[in-house]
Parts: sequence; C-alpha cells; structure tokens
Amino acid sequence: MRTRRIWGSIGATALIIAACSSGGAPTTAPTGAPTGTPTSAPSDAPSDAPTATASTGGGIGEGEGTLNLVIWAGYAERGATDPAFDWVTPFEAETGCTVNTTDMTDSNNGVSLIQSGNYDGISASGDATTRLIQGGYVEAIDTSEFSNYANVFEGLKDLPHNTVDGVNYGVPHGRGPNLLMYNTETFTEAPTTWDAVWEGGSDHVGEISIYDSSIYIADAAVHLMATQPDLGITDPYQLNQEQFDAAIELLEQQAANDPLYWSSYTDQIASYAAGDVVVGTTWPLQVQLLQGNDPPVPVEGVKPDEGTTGWSDTWMLAKDADHPNCMKLWMNHMMSPEANSQATVWFGEAATSPEACEAAEALSPGHCDAQHADDETYWENIYYWSTPQEDCADDDAATTCKTQDDWVQAWTTLRGS
Amino acid sequence: MSAPPITPESMDARPRSARRRAGSWLHQRPKLRLRALLAAPVGWLAIAYLGSLFILLLNAFWAQDSFTGRVEPFNWSLEAFQTILTNPVYSVIAIRTVTVAVLVTITDALLAIPIAYYMARVASPRMRGLLVVAVLIPLWAAYLVKVYSWRIILQGNGLVDVALAPFGLEGPGLSEIANSWLVLSYLWLPYMILPVYAGFERIPHSVLEASADLGARSLTTFRRIVMPLVFPALVAGSIFTFSLTLGDYITPDLVSDAKFIGNVIYDNSANVNLPLAAAYSLLPIGIMVAYLLVARRLGAFESL
Repeated sequence: MRTRRIWGSIGATALIIAACSSGGAPTTAPTGAPTGTPTSAPSDAPSDAPTATASTGGGIGEGEGTLNLVIWAGYAERGATDPAFDWVTPFEAETGCTVNTTDMTDSNNGVSLIQSGNYDGISASGDATTRLIQGGYVEAIDTSEFSNYANVFEGLKDLPHNTVDGVNYGVPHGRGPNLLMYNTETFTEAPTTWDAVWEGGSDHVGEISIYDSSIYIADAAVHLMATQPDLGITDPYQLNQEQFDAAIELLEQQAANDPLYWSSYTDQIASYAAGDVVVGTTWPLQVQLLQGNDPPVPVEGVKPDEGTTGWSDTWMLAKDADHPNCMKLWMNHMMSPEANSQATVWFGEAATSPEACEAAEALSPGHCDAQHADDETYWENIYYWSTPQEDCADDDAATTCKTQDDWVQAWTTLRGS
Repeated sequence: MSAPPITPESMDARPRSARRRAGSWLHQRPKLRLRALLAAPVGWLAIAYLGSLFILLLNAFWAQDSFTGRVEPFNWSLEAFQTILTNPVYSVIAIRTVTVAVLVTITDALLAIPIAYYMARVASPRMRGLLVVAVLIPLWAAYLVKVYSWRIILQGNGLVDVALAPFGLEGPGLSEIANSWLVLSYLWLPYMILPVYAGFERIPHSVLEASADLGARSLTTFRRIVMPLVFPALVAGSIFTFSLTLGDYITPDLVSDAKFIGNVIYDNSANVNLPLAAAYSLLPIGIMVAYLLVARRLGAFESL
C-alpha cells in the first residue's frame, strides 16, 4: 500500500511539472522555422469547388479543390502580415483550390514531410531536390504545360538540381545568395572577401555570426577555392577526403574565435540589433529587415569576391499527389508576374522573369537590380545549395566524395566539442 | 411519496434482465471487476505511451538509407551505436550535459535550503503564505517567456552589460555555457524549494526541543538532526532539477552555444538520422533510471 501511494504521488507531481513547465516548449523549437504563415493540416476536401480556367495554366486540367503544400515560411502569404502581400487568395478565387500549408524547418524536414505522402508539392531547395528526385518522391513535369514558363530567365532553366537527363522535375521559385553582412560602424571600409569571418576572424573574437547547419561546410570550401586553389575544389558540395579535411580545419580555426551560431533568422537579427555580432553570413532577408528596423541597424550586405553559397528553390509535384492539377496550377501561378514579384520581394530574393521584375517595381522600386535578377555574371560564382553525394554527382567512377551523412556528423563534431 | 416499499418480493417480481444478471455475476468476482475497470487506463499507458516509446527506441536498431534519409524498418543494424561510441564528440556532449545537471542541482540545493528553512521555521504564517505564492508564481509564466527574458538580460546592451559598465567590465554575451547553468538554475529552483520546504515542515517541534534539552547548540541540531531528516526531501527535489536539466535543449540553444544531449537528439530527429537520435536517447533514459534507483534507496520517494 505504502509504495503504491508513493508512486501515485510521483505520478501526480510529474503531471503537474509537465503541465507547468514545458507547456509551450515542444511546439517552438529553437531551430524552428521563421513565423509568418499559419500552418494548417492537410485536408481532403471534396472536389466540388469551382472549376479552374484553362487560361491560367495552358494545358492543365481542372483543379481538384484542395492543395496541400510544404513550404519555406513566407512562400505562401495571404496578406495576414501585410495586406499588400497576398498571392494565395487570388489563386484560390481563380482556381478553386483551397491552399493548406505546412512550414518546413529545414530541407531534411521537407524531405521527410513529402515522404509522408500527405502533400501535393514542395518549395524545395537544391539540397532537397536531388534527394527527392533520386528517392522517387516527385513527378517529372512537362514545362510546356505552364503558360508562364516561357518568360522565365534562361539562366534559371534546366539546372542540375531540378533537371536530370533533360527531364524537368519542377519550376523555379526564386534564388538568392548568402551574403556577408557587416556593421558599417565597425567596418568603415566595405569588406571584399570572406576573410573577416575566417583568417581575419581573430580581430572580431566573439562577434562573428555563423549559420548553424552542416551545409555551412560548403562556405568554407568556397573560401578555400580562392585561398588554396591547389586543393582543386570545383564544386563546394562535392568534396573528397583531402578537400573536406581542409574545410573542417578552416572551420575549427573559425570556432576558436568563438563565433555566435544562428539557426533561426530572427535570432540573428536580434544579435545584430543588440550589437553582439558585427560580421557574419546571412540571407538578404535579414539585411532588409535590419535596415528597415526602427531605428535602422547600420548594416550592409555584400557578395564577396570569392563568391558565395546560395539557393535556387524549385516547386515540385509530389509523386501520386491527390491534387496534381491544383499543384500544377500553383506552379504556374508562382511564375506569374504578380505572384512571383510579391513572393520574391517579401522574402528578399531574385524574381524569375522580366515581367515579375516589372511588377516588382510597384512593390519595391529597384528590387530586381538590387537582387541582380537578370545579371547572370553576378550568379556565376554563387553555388546553390546542393546535396553532397558519394559519387561526387559526376560520371567519373574513380572519384568518391563525402556524403550528406559525413557532413552532418562532421558538423555535430565541430559544434559539439 | 407513495412508492411501495422495496421488499425482497417486489425485487423478485421484476424481470431479471441480462444486464442485471451480468451485474450480479460481476459482483461475485471483485478481482475481475477491478481488472475490467483498470483495463482502459492501463491499456492506454501500455499501448499509447510505452508502445510508441518502444517503437521510437526500436529505430535505434534499424538501418537508414543515408541518401534519401528513409529508415528501413526491421533491417537490423548497430551503426547508430557504432557512430556514438567511435566519435568522441558524443561522450563530450554527454559529460557536459551531466556536469551542468549536477551543477544546477547543487546550486538549487544551496539556494533552496535557507529559503525553505526560513519559510517553514522562521516566517510568520502571513509571510509564509506570501513566500509560497512568490515561489509558485514563476511557474505560471511560460517557459519560453522566461528563457527569452534571460536572453535579453544576457545579450549585448542587456541588463548585465549595463550593470557591469561602471566597473569597466563586459557582460558574458550569448555564447558562454555558464549562461545555461545560470538560467536552468533559475528555471528549476521552485521544484527544489517546494519538496525541501515540505521536508522542513514535517520535522516535529518536539524533536528539536529534545535536541536542545540534551544540550545541542542550534548549529549542531541543524547539522545532526534537521539535515538528516530533510535529506530525502533534498534528493526528491534533485530528481526534478537533475532530470529537467538533463532533458532540456531549448535553453542551451537560446542563451548559450553549448550543445546538450537533447540538442543532438533534436538535430538528428527531423529525418537527418532518426536511428542515431533514438540510440542517443537511450543514454539519458539509462542515466535517469539509475538516478531514480539511487534516489529510492535514499528514501526520496517518501518525501514527494
């Protein structure tokens, strides 16, 4: 009897603790996606909604009434934050497809959500697209079905991260570079290389801001391409043992300068605003938000001379999707001047067509010039996020590279010790 | 008002329905009755809670396609354990987490003893009520609110920086592991104070009087009578401070740069390497089982 009562009281106390202490915790993980779009579970509404018009998407059939998407936060706005940015409501009105979205926290999370089979499509970055294509989780598409595809910049078509053997597996959403962001009060002269976060990092011990993800190993490789050309790195995502070791060594030297690692963009904004960090790697979005802050934070973003990593996102259609037509209509919609200009201005990335650039002028004058949407030379040394592969993603059987797994393990080791 | 009195005859007169027959059948079998009653809650615990935990842990022994990230059920493999054992970083993280958990527990114990003693033995009833409320109130605020408040206090130009500025010193910034120790000690302090307070309250006055009668000074009484009596309560409190620190991953991430066991599990659980996350989570489970067994021997469970 006695022990029974004791266990009972322990159980009760545990319940109280669970209720008191960790109420909000699990739903808001530290690396959680940036907030913005409401998340709703996928649903299977009956397909009796208004029919899609053929004019919206060339040869695409009628919509099925519902569309369940996996997105990067901010990729499907319905005007909740700023009424000027709403490209979901017009789509729903026109096609009758009710849009439900789920934010992915990172590319790995996005891959696992698509594997669940509950979604019609995803806005995948290059480090997810290859895995989705090779894993057979996404459908090949015929770009001639999309009336807006013809307008897309040629430089964004048929890229290796979404096209295999000439077969397309998606349409572009937008692209952006990871920038070097610096505090203009600390750096009176604009830096032109990544040196400030690598060899020169000892001048700013504890004040360097670094992206906390295994994909950041590629940023070390980009710097090595300039400083140690004899390593022979041509693709910062496909590294052999020697190249990989050199990159890790560089990252260890950086870690000795005590950088502050960020995993959610809001954390990085807070660090720059508080003056805790003065230089680091960032997305264009943070530069925009900090400059637009009240009062503005004195920061500037540059693409250093070595080049940089970046992303080029692709809307992909899930294999055996329940609502393929709605997804295709959405893909076409996201290439339209109206939707593409709004989405890329909202996130701070480059629009995908001249028409979208024109439309963007009304929202943010000079948007496409600022993001170099049409300037292919600007993108030449921007290496889009892509998956590390054992076969080095080439046809040469003699070469082997470090795998995605190796990258994650190495990053855990670097950050954990 | 005018209902006929219930007599054995009148009961017999009613038709004996199947329901009534089942009722009387059950009435004669009290053990079966108890089991049927408990089947639902125990079944829920076994299937929904322990069952899902079991399947999660089973992942530790399954292989994974390293490229697409898909776990291959029933394709047995010990690769996750090999990774954990061969890469020293996993031991470093485990030792770091346990060390902070021990430090947080000691800090909370040192803070809780005088506070709880004052509440239970010195304060007036009115004051005691106020103090109990003061200890409990932080539990009404959301965990994240408290951690973000500390983040703001500790970051550049925060309260710590401002307070230290006149002395020419700078705050710790947000990369020090000591921040985790500080914030976790703050977060779990109420869980230590409450059992220790109850422990002090449970000591009868007569024991202290007897000690004084036998010539013990107050310090001796405290050391040789009060502390041994309150020790199980201290261990009971430490179960909370230790286990909550051991499992936390949000505070280390938000106020410091340190990776805890929970961070590794979290980082690997979102499809990066579920088997590794499952294998690594066996470690804190093992530590807590061992801790609870020791705590039970020390009589902590009687003090909860």
